Amino acid sequence: MQLELFTRKKALSISAAFLAVVLGAGAVAPAFAATQLTGAGSSFDYPLFSKAFYEYSQQHGDVAVNYQSIGSGGGIQQFTARTVDFGASDVPLNAEEYKRAEQAGGKVLQIPIALGGVAMAYNVPGIAQGLRLSGPVIADIYLGKIVKWNDAAIAKLNPSLKLPEAQIVVVHRSDGSGTSYIFTDYLAHVSQAWKSKVGVGKSVQWPAQNSVGGKGNEGVAGQVRETPGSIGYVELAYALQNSMTYAQVQNAAGKFVYPTIESVRAAAATKPGVNPSDFSIVDRPGAGSYPIVGYSWAMVFAKPADAARAKLIKEVLEWTATKGQSIAASLDYVPLPANVQQEAKRVLGQMRF
Amino acid sequence: MTPSPGDRRFRGITAGVGETVVGSERAAVAAPQSLDVFRPRYRAGDRLFSWALTLSTWTYLGLIVALFVVLFAGSWLAIKSFGLRFLVGSSWDPVAGHFGALPFIFGTVVSSAIAIVIASGVGIAAAAYLAEFAPPLIARPLAFLIELLAAVPSVVYGLWGLFVLAPLVRSVIGPAIQSKLGWLPIFSGPIYGVGMLTASLILALMIVPTVAAISRDFIESVAVDQREAMLALGATRWETVRRVVLPAARPGIFGACVLALGRALGETIATTMVIGNRPAISASLFAPGYTLASVIANEFTEATTQVYISTLIGLGLLLFVVSIVVNAAARILMHTVLRNAEER
Repeated sequence: MQLELFTRKKALSISAAFLAVVLGAGAVAPAFAATQLTGAGSSFDYPLFSKAFYEYSQQHGDVAVNYQSIGSGGGIQQFTARTVDFGASDVPLNAEEYKRAEQAGGKVLQIPIALGGVAMAYNVPGIAQGLRLSGPVIADIYLGKIVKWNDAAIAKLNPSLKLPEAQIVVVHRSDGSGTSYIFTDYLAHVSQAWKSKVGVGKSVQWPAQNSVGGKGNEGVAGQVRETPGSIGYVELAYALQNSMTYAQVQNAAGKFVYPTIESVRAAAATKPGVNPSDFSIVDRPGAGSYPIVGYSWAMVFAKPADAARAKLIKEVLEWTATKGQSIAASLDYVPLPANVQQEAKRVLGQMRF
Repeated sequence: MTPSPGDRRFRGITAGVGETVVGSERAAVAAPQSLDVFRPRYRAGDRLFSWALTLSTWTYLGLIVALFVVLFAGSWLAIKSFGLRFLVGSSWDPVAGHFGALPFIFGTVVSSAIAIVIASGVGIAAAAYLAEFAPPLIARPLAFLIELLAAVPSVVYGLWGLFVLAPLVRSVIGPAIQSKLGWLPIFSGPIYGVGMLTASLILALMIVPTVAAISRDFIESVAVDQREAMLALGATRWETVRRVVLPAARPGIFGACVLALGRALGETIATTMVIGNRPAISASLFAPGYTLASVIANEFTEATTQVYISTLIGLGLLLFVVSIVVNAAARILMHTVLRNAEER
């Protein structure tokens, strides 16, 4: 009895001490920190942002940025609800979303903040590397029209390869993602049938009967790795970091190009005046351009309520879109071309405080 | 134990919990007359205790109501725009704005149903073995391990499913079944590895520990004299278990299965990783499918338009309703089975 009481008292005091430590830490932490900016949205941007913002606070002690990678949808909602200082989305705001954001906080500025490419990963028995694909062929595979690897259309692009008579298993992202958006944007651009039957979106109705969905890049990659005869699309940084086997894709100039940091950047550089209402950069001209590429976007209000914060937001985003882009390559992300960096800087120049 | 202190002691027991009993016992033994002194304290404690119990129960009831209200309000836009088409439609096209939930309802119910059929068989057998047949030296560590399995995070099951089970289904299990039973529509068609069968197997694997652990407790709690009576009548061990122990533990075992079914219906990440995520209703178990929980997890973060978000919340409401209906059905089934058993 005595002993029991003692232990209970002890347990109580331990939990009280624990509580005090937790509460204390919570109360003390903000005292160290500088101005805390918050952002939310695209998970594609997250690796780049977390490193860029870390670097930024190392250089500028007065700002710390907390970015939550909750997905573009959540990012737009949080931004519209004005619970974060900036949002990030794999696709710029559409008219409906823009109107709602404008009602909440006035004019919205959107800048390209990260550049990415989509690689076509494959697992074809007997073919270790060197597969070549074209836009229409990829579209027909994903439409379920081409169902065997030795199909004449694929064979025509690969005269030097001995293609097996294997069933194609089509793998796509099951979660809504900017990668799917860029990929379907490309397919709609090169195939009228895709455009009218499926369309463009972060989640679409995948028409092929022989298709399966994997969650995330890792889900698609795992599916492709484990299933002989499969083809799937993954984000370039993921494909590079996991040394996957991916195809050369024929660009608008008729050349077969591997997705690399250079070929993606070259494609993006052909469209310096990219803006939220004309943002597609798939299938760009130029011999060195990789055709399946796209931007992710950051959004801010042109005139945030708090002038001091507004100034910091502008500085952070401008740094991320220009100097900070040098970090991208170290993460296998593609740095924005110089002309697009300037465009982002020009748009941010419209901020007033 | 003499009758009069015993009475007092029982008053003490009903008055409080745990240590109070010990306390009153001491009080009763040391100074029976002074018992009244303690009474007011117990009464205050009683009231506090009963308030605490009432509050915690009603809080949960309130939470369920709040959950329903929030889900309903969130999905109102979708219900208003699609009406019944939302329930019976089978096309899921976010680009065109066509949303039909039928393939997801189908996937959820079928994968959970197959899982519970497999898991209840295996789980009850395991429970019976652990409680009745296994030597204690093996039974204890084994029971511990099974309970440990119940605590493994579902993403681990999902990863294992994707990298081990799915390839196994594609190259070994699937072809083996198809060579014998390929003429059945449910085993026809191409085998992708991921699909309804793989998802059901993973779910079954995940809920076996729940069924086994809870069933074992109930089997063990069946009165020893019932067993002894049966054995005394000349029954074998197996007959005793089958005709006395299992029927006596049936309500508990049924409860375990209902609990396990609930976990299967709501399971998200493991299913998402191995079901193939195709919103289609296929006869074949080898074909990919989709569940309500999976599509919410997959599409919620990147959904941007109001109707789209509202539709996904509507799927949450549906999952809620499906769970309630399935649970109610299981309970009705249990009552019918138990009544029939009594009548026999």
